[in-house]
Amino acid sequence: MKFTLSWLKDHLDTDASLDEICERLTMIGLEVESVDDKAGLKPFVIAKVLSAEKHPDADKLRVLMVDTGSGDPVQVVCGAPNARAGLVGAFAAPGTYVPGIDVTLSVGTIRGVESRGMMCSERELQLSDEHDGIIDLPGDAPVGTPFATWAKLDDPVIEINLTPNRPDATGVYGIARDLAAAGLGTLRGGAIDPVPGDGPCPVKVTIDARDLCPGFALRLVRGVRNGASPKWMQQRLLAIGLRPINALVDITNYVTFDRGRPLHVFDAAKVKGDLVVRRAEAGEKVLALDTREYELNPEVCVIADGNGVESIAGVMGGEHSGCDETTTDVLIESALWNPLNVARTGRELGIITDARYRFERGVDPEMMVPGLELATRLVMELCGGAPTETEVVGYAGHEPKIVSFPTAEVARLTGLDVPGAESLSILTRLGFEPKGTGDVVDVAVPSWRPDVDGKADLVEEVMRIHGVEKIAPQAMTGHEAVNRKILTVLQNRTRAARRALAVRGMMEAVTWSFIPAKHAELFGGGAPELKLSNPIAADMSDMRPSLLPGLVAAAQRNADRGFADVALFEVSGTYENDTPEGQRRVAAGVRRGTARMEGQGRHWAGNAASVGVFDAKADALAALEACGAPVDKLQVETGGPDWYHPGRSGTIKLGPKVVLGTFGEFHPKVLEALDVSGPLCGFEIYVDAVPEPKAKPTRTKPRLDLSPFQAVRRDFAFVVDRAVEAAQVTRAAQAADKKLITGVRVFDIFEGASLGEGKKSLAIEVAIQPVEHTLTDEDFEALATRIVENVGKQTGGVLRG
Amino acid sequence: MHDETERDDETVTEQMTDLQTLETTLLAEIGAATDEAALEAVRVSALGKKGSVSERLKMLGGMSPGERQQMGPAINGLKQRVTDALSDRRATLRDAAIAARLETERVDVSLPVRQAPAERGRIHPISQVIDEIAAIFGDLGFDIAEGPDIETDYYNFTALNFPVGHPAREMHDTFFFPPDASGERKVLRTHTSPVQIRTMEAKKPPIRIVIPGKTYRQDSDATHSPMFHQLEGLVIDRTANVANMKWVLTEFCKAFFEVPSLNMRFRPSYFPFTEPSLEVDIQCDRSKPGEVRFGEGSDWMEILGCGMVHPNVLRFGGLDPDEYQGFAWGMGIDRIATLKYGMPDLRDYFSADVRWLSHYGFRPLDMPTLFGGLST
Repeated sequence: MKFTLSWLKDHLDTDASLDEICERLTMIGLEVESVDDKAGLKPFVIAKVLSAEKHPDADKLRVLMVDTGSGDPVQVVCGAPNARAGLVGAFAAPGTYVPGIDVTLSVGTIRGVESRGMMCSERELQLSDEHDGIIDLPGDAPVGTPFATWAKLDDPVIEINLTPNRPDATGVYGIARDLAAAGLGTLRGGAIDPVPGDGPCPVKVTIDARDLCPGFALRLVRGVRNGASPKWMQQRLLAIGLRPINALVDITNYVTFDRGRPLHVFDAAKVKGDLVVRRAEAGEKVLALDTREYELNPEVCVIADGNGVESIAGVMGGEHSGCDETTTDVLIESALWNPLNVARTGRELGIITDARYRFERGVDPEMMVPGLELATRLVMELCGGAPTETEVVGYAGHEPKIVSFPTAEVARLTGLDVPGAESLSILTRLGFEPKGTGDVVDVAVPSWRPDVDGKADLVEEVMRIHGVEKIAPQAMTGHEAVNRKILTVLQNRTRAARRALAVRGMMEAVTWSFIPAKHAELFGGGAPELKLSNPIAADMSDMRPSLLPGLVAAAQRNADRGFADVALFEVSGTYENDTPEGQRRVAAGVRRGTARMEGQGRHWAGNAASVGVFDAKADALAALEACGAPVDKLQVETGGPDWYHPGRSGTIKLGPKVVLGTFGEFHPKVLEALDVSGPLCGFEIYVDAVPEPKAKPTRTKPRLDLSPFQAVRRDFAFVVDRAVEAAQVTRAAQAADKKLITGVRVFDIFEGASLGEGKKSLAIEVAIQPVEHTLTDEDFEALATRIVENVGKQTGGVLRG
Repeated sequence: MHDETERDDETVTEQMTDLQTLETTLLAEIGAATDEAALEAVRVSALGKKGSVSERLKMLGGMSPGERQQMGPAINGLKQRVTDALSDRRATLRDAAIAARLETERVDVSLPVRQAPAERGRIHPISQVIDEIAAIFGDLGFDIAEGPDIETDYYNFTALNFPVGHPAREMHDTFFFPPDASGERKVLRTHTSPVQIRTMEAKKPPIRIVIPGKTYRQDSDATHSPMFHQLEGLVIDRTANVANMKWVLTEFCKAFFEVPSLNMRFRPSYFPFTEPSLEVDIQCDRSKPGEVRFGEGSDWMEILGCGMVHPNVLRFGGLDPDEYQGFAWGMGIDRIATLKYGMPDLRDYFSADVRWLSHYGFRPLDMPTLFGGLST
């Protein structure tokens, strides 16, 4: 919402400065977005051309001697065709910034003749597009005076960022009312006297769509002369960014901004028969004032006559019955429209107008007829003519809302100590009508404040006018004890997983929650319920079923930029379905190239190998451990979901059913479909699937007895079938004596023809910790025998000879 | 007797001269030995069973008492000096050998070591800032609440007092999912406020929560991203008012921006789910290009929206607005992260560019705490 300072002062008698006004506007909730104080126009002064001689070296240039009102005449070289002796115009001295050409003037020499300034066109001052010649003012314009002041162009323009709850402030009058209530002056110019009319309006109105049109007022003014509107009106409209059209149209725009009351004018000669307010028929078309044709539907409310649709109600008039210079009889319409319907129509048709802006916020119903009176008066003043009486249809009058207001509510909600009488005084200044006195007062809400429904709204009114800055911050009750634990188990795990993965040399990414449909489908997603109806881009359409496609794509983008070795992770949400439970908390990571935990790329002490399944496995287990999963009780099975390499991937389980995660290298077909290249591996663990810890765990750690006897290690090598997993062998060895054997480690794997077809050799180191006494040779012999037997029994492995 | 004595004297003199010569020779040989083996050879030649010094010691037994009295100390003195010289020379040779070996073991210590993984890893600024926020509000006794990204229209709009068809809904640029069998369309939450309602449904006041999370709007440019992060706050009890809200938000901003004092400007505004509603600007100095300093200067920068929870929202949450009251606020996590740490373009937050992550990200072990300082 834009307006000028002089316009505001039409309605507000105040001595306050521009700065004070802007400061107050912001502090009462009408946030000032920008102020154009027109300071840029101040250097331009009125000057008179004393003489104009042809330039000695240029046919189209003239050399002017200009009286600028101070000092000796100044020589200016000028190319304007209308430059002549005696012309009075706007002069800019060297050093002046000229906005229309974005140049700061300096003393120049044009074809050998010195030029000390410039006579300006309207376009150069950004007053209009006029550039056929320099500004040509009346001969009596006072030389030496600032041009903008003389031409009343220095009126500061204020733009406020209006919140959607304040339709009353879509008019300058409403803004003045707020400022007056806040003590910044006296409100004036409120009363609008009715204009008597002669005879009934000959055009009748029928409202078929009563739900969309709660009132309609119309009157005819005969015998108008429609031309340009007066300068003062044009200047105000131009200042707020509106292009003057003709007096009748300008009047409707003026009242729209002055009172927040949009109007429409029809050229009566072009209206056929009576008007009807109805829903549009499906497929019905109208050519609107923006010269675009709109196809309508029954949700759209229109004003129609014998010719068809003449206007899209509350949004935009029709081109056919619009007013131009030939208009002699004008029908002025002031109506009320359903705000939701106007909003919907405007949105559907993609039309943004000043009328829509006001109707969708809610126009003051009690301003319907006065607004029409004001417009009639302006039409008669500017265009002459004789009005008929006003035809008012469908308006049942306004029944004010009554809000029961306990004045103590102000203190309860804001902490402000405002006496009840002061609260009621503020409300009265804003146009509310308190009925009576006491602790609880019934307050009638003015017709221009549809946003006010309850006592909290009244508290806001009192607070913003009294002054938010007067509320002193007040501490909340402090601690009575040391804080308890704040984070939930899931929140702690999320944080722990992040730090644990970052410590492993990975960088945390935050990737989009929506990914291309193709990627979603490759990773088990693509359900219709998880597809956005209105994605911001075609490749951001599906809620991700997994964090991996986003991370893989991110790794590839880095590779394309020249960073081939990247390790990325993310701990965030994935979506199995559209319910709250379907949103999982997942930690995932990818490593590309040689981005291994130990280091990446080439190094003088040894180059890093390419990443592979075991890097991903290590990451997955580290993340699970950080999340509190019982890592020593997990099972790792070969193979994972389809997007992994079937022989180089694994699934981490807790018991037979609970899947805690997957890891591996990716399937070549998936890499191809994602258009990415490896080496690439990744993992994903389900943070929310890790079992919750016991409700009341003991903090005491299990007792540790330190054996005084020397620990020893023994090596064994077994030949087993190739399909036998290392974990089977280590489990079998461990089981030989759960007390004495404290660890089993695989330290070598060998496959070769010497072992036989389909065989491999696994070498293990068994750590033995004697507990009760030093082990004798016989003890070791017996233990070794048990180990070999156990491994043989459970895996078919034989001791390698 | 006299003759004997004279002869003894002569013999002693001769032997003394012989010892002098021997000592000179031996010390020269010891000094000339360049390794352990040569030194050992000298030792054997002097002190071995048949060594020159040993032989002379043996001769003591055959001497007259007078001779022995003079020659005994002389020969033993020689033995001692040779032994000492051998020992010194051995130590010198050993030092030289070690020095020589060490010289061969010299390496170029300017060669780079491998960077520890914890030095390479990074925490994303959004996670770090959420941790900072959690540290501050945890200290104030707030819980952290979370909620789903995919929401119903009810939780995202209706229960937050956004009437159907209201222009305020339009301002949210909502992402929709296809309608289900009953015609209901789920949405990507446009703010974290739905968690207000979910929390009120789940527990009775007093409620003190902050809600960090992802939010979505169909909007994209340098300052708007279709996905972004919000921090919602909610306090509900029987007395919480605007004065308390001012205090909480002022304390938060001071703690977050790590400045001792900070002017804040609360001005009336409008949000459907609060009444009264306020927007908050913080004092800043933007006079230096590319740098914002908070708590100084004369500029204002909008940072958050807040207000008293609207009575209708309390009712939707199952609470009586005459019994309970409270306040709520919302701010952009990405935005306050940008304000504090200065990332120029919001879109880079989600591009996973390792150069950006390495520069703007945080070290894994930099855990924000209040007692240690949020950002060290």
